[in-house]
Amino acid sequence: MAKKEINNTDKSSLTYSFYKAIKSFVTTLPILFGVILLIGLFKTYVPSKAISSVFTGELFRDTFLGSAVGSISAGNPITSYIIGGELLKEGISLFAVTAFITAWVTVGIIQLPAEASILGKRFALARNILSFIFSIIVAIATVLTLQVLT
Amino acid sequence: MKNKKEKINKKNGKNTYYSVSFLIIVIALYVVLFFLKSDKIKTSLDASWNIFVGIIPVLILVVFIMGVSNYFLKPKKVSKYLGKESGVKGWFLSALFGILSHGPIYVWYPLLKDLKEHGMRSGLVAVFLYNRAIKIPLLPVMIFYFGIFFAVILCIYMIVASIVQGKIIEIIEAKYVGER
Repeated sequence: MAKKEINNTDKSSLTYSFYKAIKSFVTTLPILFGVILLIGLFKTYVPSKAISSVFTGELFRDTFLGSAVGSISAGNPITSYIIGGELLKEGISLFAVTAFITAWVTVGIIQLPAEASILGKRFALARNILSFIFSIIVAIATVLTLQVLT
Repeated sequence: MKNKKEKINKKNGKNTYYSVSFLIIVIALYVVLFFLKSDKIKTSLDASWNIFVGIIPVLILVVFIMGVSNYFLKPKKVSKYLGKESGVKGWFLSALFGILSHGPIYVWYPLLKDLKEHGMRSGLVAVFLYNRAIKIPLLPVMIFYFGIFFAVILCIYMIVASIVQGKIIEIIEAKYVGER
């Protein structure tokens, strides 16, 4: 009983919170290093022209494409920011990149079976389809607002 | 409880396995390309190194904010405020808890299922899940790449979208279940 109390006290301490944060961060490191190394390869081996040919600069097409790629990707949002930031440097439109990072976290094709089995099929399907549509709307609204304000 | 913990540990172990496998595949790709086109590998490594060095300070900030949010926010606290009769406060709090919640999404699924069975509105579940996209500890990284204006505007639109989405889901659910 006393041991249980000590454990509970420990788990609510600031040190334990930071231990948990560092532990959780360390588990994302292999993916983070992998993605950074992959971007390095991508930047060197894939010419900018090849990327531009996929993203044509057409607002709706690019935004849709960004959302589609973001939807089938999964992982820590930090990875999507890094990829998105680098895509932006390559000249991809902010519409597509915003749709990509928004869909990355809101649409979970990979987690869909888990979400459907725990929270219900209809709920999971409706939520993911709506999230996909909203990732496009949010991206367009964000970039247009940004353009008006800055 | 023990069973739930075991499941989470198993899932974490699986994730680590996939993460490490991914890194090994990328390193293997470097090795293969080194033999095929060795001249470009150094350029790739330099580009990766520059990205890594650029984000180190941001990553330190991320760990710090994660530690602080771990300290202040616990799943039990979340469940206390998202009941069926929560009204407007419920929408606001589910958005807030979604933003402040941490850890992998599957950790929250069982809790959300539990809350749903105890009367939490589907719309609030959707709002909670959508707002998990806004992660305060990760905002420094978003600001680093896209600027503070972008981050603020995107967050505002995402909160609005989450509530609209929640309302639509409630309408859909009501249509099929016959209750609202």
